[in-house]
Amino acid sequence: MVTLTFFYWPAVQGLMQSVMRSDPFGQHSTFIWFDNFVALFTDPLYLKSIGITILFSASVAAVSISLGLFIATMANRALKAKALVRTMLIWPYAVAPAISGILWLFLLHPSYGVVALGIKRWFGVDWNPVLKGSDAIFMIIMASAWKEISYNFVFFIAGLQAIPKSLIEAAAIDGASPFRRFWAITFPLLSPTLFFLTVMNIIYAFFETFGVVHMMTQGGPGGATNILVYKVYQDGFIGLNLGASSSQSVVLMTLIIVITLLQFKYVEKKVQYTG
Amino acid sequence: MVEKTPVLDMLTYILLIVGILIVGFPIIYAVIAATLPIEDVSRVPMPLMPGDQFLVNMKTAWIEGDLGIHLFNSFIMASGITLGKIIVSLFGAFSIVYFDYRLRTVAFVSVFCTLMLPVEVRILPTYEMAANILGPFQGLWNTLHLDGLVSWIAGHDIEVSLEWSLLDSYTGLIMPLVASATCTFLFRQFFLTIPEELCEAAKMDGASAMTFFRKILLPLSKTNIAALVVIEFVYGWNQYLWPLLITTNPKMMTAVIGLQHLIPAADDLPYWNVALAGSLLVMLPPILVVLFMQRWFVKGLVEREK
Repeated sequence: MVTLTFFYWPAVQGLMQSVMRSDPFGQHSTFIWFDNFVALFTDPLYLKSIGITILFSASVAAVSISLGLFIATMANRALKAKALVRTMLIWPYAVAPAISGILWLFLLHPSYGVVALGIKRWFGVDWNPVLKGSDAIFMIIMASAWKEISYNFVFFIAGLQAIPKSLIEAAAIDGASPFRRFWAITFPLLSPTLFFLTVMNIIYAFFETFGVVHMMTQGGPGGATNILVYKVYQDGFIGLNLGASSSQSVVLMTLIIVITLLQFKYVEKKVQYTG
Repeated sequence: MVEKTPVLDMLTYILLIVGILIVGFPIIYAVIAATLPIEDVSRVPMPLMPGDQFLVNMKTAWIEGDLGIHLFNSFIMASGITLGKIIVSLFGAFSIVYFDYRLRTVAFVSVFCTLMLPVEVRILPTYEMAANILGPFQGLWNTLHLDGLVSWIAGHDIEVSLEWSLLDSYTGLIMPLVASATCTFLFRQFFLTIPEELCEAAKMDGASAMTFFRKILLPLSKTNIAALVVIEFVYGWNQYLWPLLITTNPKMMTAVIGLQHLIPAADDLPYWNVALAGSLLVMLPPILVVLFMQRWFVKGLVEREK
């Protein structure tokens, strides 16, 4: 019942609304076929938003995955204080995206933030995320990626521990250096984890970062951080253009279904590059 | 490790410490900032020695942000979501795995589909749904032109409008988020690994379905439940978009949303110390939950992968 009322009805409603145009007071709706979608994909602002989202999620995934992998590899090598290290690295998972946004907003504040100060001093950049779009994107990437590092860390640690020690030892006896061992054995064996995490991180960057954007930039300056999810919210609840917002929702739904299907197909095949 | 590589080991530890510092830095910095008076926070660069204003800032944040009531709301919402999800999905998985009925596959597939769509994707329709939860019946009513029938029977026109709004209520905060089915899927996977003999043995001893559920399945899934409690509590606590939409009354807002009012605007005095003290307070509960239940948490996270 719960699933039915809160899931299927909204989904159907959304689909219906996406092909209709309603007046601002919600009294009348006219059936206009796919005009909303056509309007959507010819709208330069929407196309721009797509571009921003792709850039944003790719960077978030890249930054947080590489850092997570790096730290996990290090932590796996450590012999002492493993539990302590793990504890120290896990907790950012529990920080709400929105709160991570506040923390980084402070760190990157153009006049008070210490990281912003460092950027200004060492790189000589005129740092101002309130006015400059590229800086603002950088800011939300930092805040979103930071929180996701620990999530990736947990999975990489689990993945690393699942690799049989004997493989590594055999390679060591064959004279492979630790770096070589990492690239030739550990890394390929981690590839399923890596793939899974890429998918999860992209989903995270697409949908869960709403809080970060809302706290830090509210889509600004000039729409520079207006990622897709934020745009759905803006058009629907602030602009009250229900049709446009719904068709955006439908686009997102399709997208996430495709991603999930891809993932399941992959998981089912259980591809492992052990060779 | 296999061979002795003192240099590399040293390097590992150094890099590890650097990594921990990078990860921990924002929080450490926030803690320091939260202890300083406003003159120090707005100095550039901020001093790195903790001040003595911690309690004062906490108190200001508590009062200004109305954190007492917001934290309470968050707590209700997070535990509601956790409880609701676990109960719904336990029963859902139970019925899908152990009962043979005709629509079983349909039920499973329909549940499975919900896995894919987070609330963020379907905000607008879900919002309308919550604004008037009887909407489907109204829709049915209108499409069937029942009002014509009723007015024919009654002899005069009767306006029928069904309305029951969930906006600004705990039910509205919780219900739509309970609806997703990640946990159902997990429990199903877990129930499938339980040997069939257990079920048969229970049946032979004359246990009813519910007894089997209570006496055998529940104890067996204890660890899974613990893991999910952690994950769902954190998930519920950190929800942002949905509470933002559905609460207009400040008394119903959750803590994470309420924090926004503490962030200093461009022209204000930079009360960052207060904003950060508030943030620390709000993020503390989920962090504590994760730290204390770390073992189950890690297990639960990794299980989700399968």
